[in-house]
Amino acid sequence: MGELAKLTIAGARDALRKGEVTAVELTEACLSSIAEAGALNAFVHHTPEIARAQAAAADDRLKAGDAPAMCGIPLGVKDLFCTRGVPGQAASRILEGFAPEYESTVTAKLWEAGSVMLGKLNMDEFAMGSSNETSVYGAAVNPWKGTDGKALTPGGSSGGSAAAVAADLCLAATGTDTGGSIRQPAAFTGTTGLKPTYGRCSRWGIVAYASSLDQAGPMTKTVRDAAIMLGAMAGHDPKDSTSADLAVPDFEAMLTGDIRGQKIGIPREYRVEGMRDDLAKLWDEGAAMLRDAGAEIVDISLPHTKYALPAYYVIAPAEASSNLARYDGVRYGHRATLAQGDGITEMYEKTRAEGFGPEVRRRIMVGTYVLSAGFYDAYYNQARKVRTLIKRDFEQAFAAGIDAILAPATPTPAFALGGMKNADPVEMYLNDVFTVTLNLAGLPGIAVPVGLSGEGLPMGLQLIGRPWEEGALLNQAQVLETAAGFAAKPGKWW
Amino acid sequence: MSIDEGTAAKVAKLARIKVEPEELPHLAAEFNNILGFIEQLGEVDVDGVEPMVSVTPMRLKRRTDGVTDGGMQERILSNAPDAREGFFAVPKVVE
Repeated sequence: MGELAKLTIAGARDALRKGEVTAVELTEACLSSIAEAGALNAFVHHTPEIARAQAAAADDRLKAGDAPAMCGIPLGVKDLFCTRGVPGQAASRILEGFAPEYESTVTAKLWEAGSVMLGKLNMDEFAMGSSNETSVYGAAVNPWKGTDGKALTPGGSSGGSAAAVAADLCLAATGTDTGGSIRQPAAFTGTTGLKPTYGRCSRWGIVAYASSLDQAGPMTKTVRDAAIMLGAMAGHDPKDSTSADLAVPDFEAMLTGDIRGQKIGIPREYRVEGMRDDLAKLWDEGAAMLRDAGAEIVDISLPHTKYALPAYYVIAPAEASSNLARYDGVRYGHRATLAQGDGITEMYEKTRAEGFGPEVRRRIMVGTYVLSAGFYDAYYNQARKVRTLIKRDFEQAFAAGIDAILAPATPTPAFALGGMKNADPVEMYLNDVFTVTLNLAGLPGIAVPVGLSGEGLPMGLQLIGRPWEEGALLNQAQVLETAAGFAAKPGKWW
Repeated sequence: MSIDEGTAAKVAKLARIKVEPEELPHLAAEFNNILGFIEQLGEVDVDGVEPMVSVTPMRLKRRTDGVTDGGMQERILSNAPDAREGFFAVPKVVE
């Protein structure tokens, strides 16, 4: 049974259409893999009844010959997506007991396409974190282990999604990416993670962190699967005014494998001081693979790269402080027990102190500070101007004929859970140094596993594409994937 | 810019997050650490640069100003910590 859960979306789709396997069998295989994998702490709310009902309905559609590509494919859903009637709390205590009365647009589209919901996946609280350790459920655990046998982080914030896909608990999962939260966990687990262009997928029904940066995307075993799943997630939604009214192309059909003559930029500012030797080597090898496939490798400059991280840590907390003002103990979730004589202000203050974890409290307060009178121009407006310059860097590179940019995904492979316990918050923020730039610029990016580190852990590279050209980006990524031939899997210890 | 305990207390108040007085020195130190990191933005020459409003230039869509949804009081109240007689209940607001 466990073997079926190892299928890719493309493999399962073909087997389902040929009648070699049923959606019910596929779903049962995933449910039993999940039942054995409690040690990974990836699935935090289980929905086997929903899964079985959806699988049976998918089998009916398959029999009737009315089956889109995602029909019958069992998925995990990041806890950030609202799914009607299923507990969802963005891994926060403040949403304890919350069962949304509505369905996010992205998950609604996946269910309409016939996909099967296995449950909700672990993440950092409100998607704020790079190691899954800020979760109220406790950290998700990476199925990969280092040579010293220590438990590793699957990354964050979509850590549960990455762990579940890497451990073959589901065929694929949804993630969201505000500063790297799809690509960093994908790189840490040897899986593929795509952050689409801002506006490609509707944000409606996804718990908001930083609205001008948040974007949902697929987390999969292969690039082809990312293309198939993105097709089902994307599209205009009148309920999200920032979702783009553009046609969704057939991304899978754009995987031609031909990148001859394309220009791939290598940004010199990403070669940061102190870069690990194995990472620098991997990056060079990745560039050589694309060159061998007929692409031209071009050195480029993105001069404002260094300022992306500080700009992000102004803009994201500012937006978070506004977005998270809604958690007030009135309409949903946790409310603190009040003392005699406490009024509404005490209710807000106690509820929010109890309900939010330390990292979320910290970001809300930093955001409050940078938006407060007297500092708005010095911090918030300055960061927004720098953001304009960061976007301009990319626009100039693309205008000079660059088709895509190749960069590392993360500065290191997965680190030990608890390993950053004594680090200050800024050290943890440095995890996002290669990923955060394109959230600020709204660009699509994909992390692809390319090799193993010195300690035998997966390492990924990142391709950054032109806006709205996910099809071309996926094609470039598949060329890299094929050339790298990354096939390593973690040994099963859970 | 250095944040003292008084400023940290003020920010916590604005954010409506209760912080115990003994936690304030630690909180102020954390703020200073993060703001020290952010401070480098000041080095960037932003003369004549517009602050970004929208990452994708787009005109927001308009729709008819009409009721499109509603009539779901029970569902809206279903997640409330305290709902009574069809309302959200809160501690006394007006003296």
